[in-house]
Amino acid sequence: MAAERVRTNNEADNPSSPMLQFGPDKPLKLDAGTVLSPFQIAYQTYGTLNDARSNAILVCHALTGDQHVASTNPVTGKPGWWEVLIGPGKIIDTSRFFVICANVVGGCLGSTGPASTNPATGRPYGLDLPIITIRDMARAQLMLVDHFGIEKLFCVLGGSMGGMQVLQWAASYPERVFSALPIATGARHSSQNIAFHEVGRQAVMADPEWHGGKYLDFGRRPEKGLAVARMAAHITYLSEAALHRKFGRNLQDREALTFGFDADFQIESYLRHQGMTFVDRFDANSYLYLTRAMDYFDLAADHGGRLADAFAGTKTRFCLVSFTSDWLFPTEESRSIVHALNAAGASVSFVEIETDRGHDAFLLDEPELFAAINGFIASAARARGLSL
Amino acid sequence: MSVNRAQRVDLEVVTDLIPSRSRVLDVGSGDGVLLELLQETKQVDGRGLELSQRGVNECVARGLSVVQGDADKDLEFYPDKGFDFVVLSQTLQATRNPKLVLDELLRIGNRAIVSFPNFGHWRVRFSLLVKGRMPVTKDLPYSWYDTPNIHFCTIRDFVNLCEELGATVEKATALDANGQKIGLSMPWWFWNFFGQQAVFLLRR
Repeated sequence: MAAERVRTNNEADNPSSPMLQFGPDKPLKLDAGTVLSPFQIAYQTYGTLNDARSNAILVCHALTGDQHVASTNPVTGKPGWWEVLIGPGKIIDTSRFFVICANVVGGCLGSTGPASTNPATGRPYGLDLPIITIRDMARAQLMLVDHFGIEKLFCVLGGSMGGMQVLQWAASYPERVFSALPIATGARHSSQNIAFHEVGRQAVMADPEWHGGKYLDFGRRPEKGLAVARMAAHITYLSEAALHRKFGRNLQDREALTFGFDADFQIESYLRHQGMTFVDRFDANSYLYLTRAMDYFDLAADHGGRLADAFAGTKTRFCLVSFTSDWLFPTEESRSIVHALNAAGASVSFVEIETDRGHDAFLLDEPELFAAINGFIASAARARGLSL
Repeated sequence: MSVNRAQRVDLEVVTDLIPSRSRVLDVGSGDGVLLELLQETKQVDGRGLELSQRGVNECVARGLSVVQGDADKDLEFYPDKGFDFVVLSQTLQATRNPKLVLDELLRIGNRAIVSFPNFGHWRVRFSLLVKGRMPVTKDLPYSWYDTPNIHFCTIRDFVNLCEELGATVEKATALDANGQKIGLSMPWWFWNFFGQQAVFLLRR
């Protein structure tokens, strides 16, 4: 376990990804009313930026995602989380596009987050890190995009929390975004979603190993609490139908009920596995910060309560995607964004995809999702004059 | 797709009414055949609204800007005069509230183009009068119990509705059973009897 801890710490401060460090001259202004400085952004890129710098695609990752979107994850050794979609010859073809994916600020894989060392104390930030918002994440990403000298991103895309960042980009920097592809997301976090996040946070904080957020100082980690948080959250990423199809009431490696509290059912065993593997790769405080960022997201509230005003006069081309069985970000969330974009006179496509795989469908091999992304990217590329 | 186009002469008539580079909203855009035609021939800035998920997904996969939505419910979200033209092609008869939909079209577009099957066509009248059966024709292939078309009207009915809504008919075309335009000099009753489809250009 000690070895695991060291490895996580290493990725937080010295990631195996390239990183960009911003000194005291370039602080990150935060919505919390303070600044983060110095800070760093860890990122991955794929493909080559063309001479006109017009073929860049920014991918925004979800709550527990990271910058390793299309290459092997150094912590888990698993393929990139969106390799079904992104890579040479794939729908988002890295032989044509320059794909950037950065770890969000507040994350734990190399961008400054609660597990990073606070230069003021020489110890991990823990809860001394200011609260980070979705807008702060976008602001930091903008500094990275500026670093590459990219005037206008060809596309910004992402699902779930990544989709929130896409919407934030489109609202905050419309002139920097040619096309936007927010998937399985919402313009605000619903009360039910905040509720689920609160359950997760309480599970982490109820673990005695959390130590008021200072667990890294003690060389400990609230693994049990974080695992429970992940188990609860994981249920919300699936659907009842998918769970039933996959597990039903099947028993796990046994012929009969044991009349005890072992994982008799396959679903129990599956969730325990999800929880256990998650704690090996994710920092508990990061989980608190990023769930908070999603809870605080409310794009309409930032624009006088009228979502359409967030997109007033936008020239960005939008494509929204939702999934029929997603109960975390149901289709109605996407539809209300579409209505706002229509009211703003924006160019918008909206596809609802029939699937029983729930919220996580955006990460899976969904042919209709790929067809929509392919059609949208191809027509946007024609409009952008990208010879593909 | 060429097959689709051949079957839908009204689409050619609609296309002829729209100048190049217009902003167009196609309500009930189906599989996107009209939007694609308009983009190819008129380089329009085209958007679509389509009820069926399958139609929308096909359109988006082909690079068209189409959203899933219902003409009866979702038009209210579009701004006043947001488009040069709003097209409702062979969809009016399938809406729940045609009057409200037409009113919305006239609000959203500087011009509205509406095409619909004429229920006053002689074959329809013949079917009811002589056979005593609800008409099933090439253009109206559904039986009464499975038709999505719940609000049929005749050309005369439609003209009355336009008057009621204060809409000006700038141009009207009726197509006969062979897809040929019926001469402009012909009186309304002739159109209403021999026109199988009608295309109206309206403004308010």
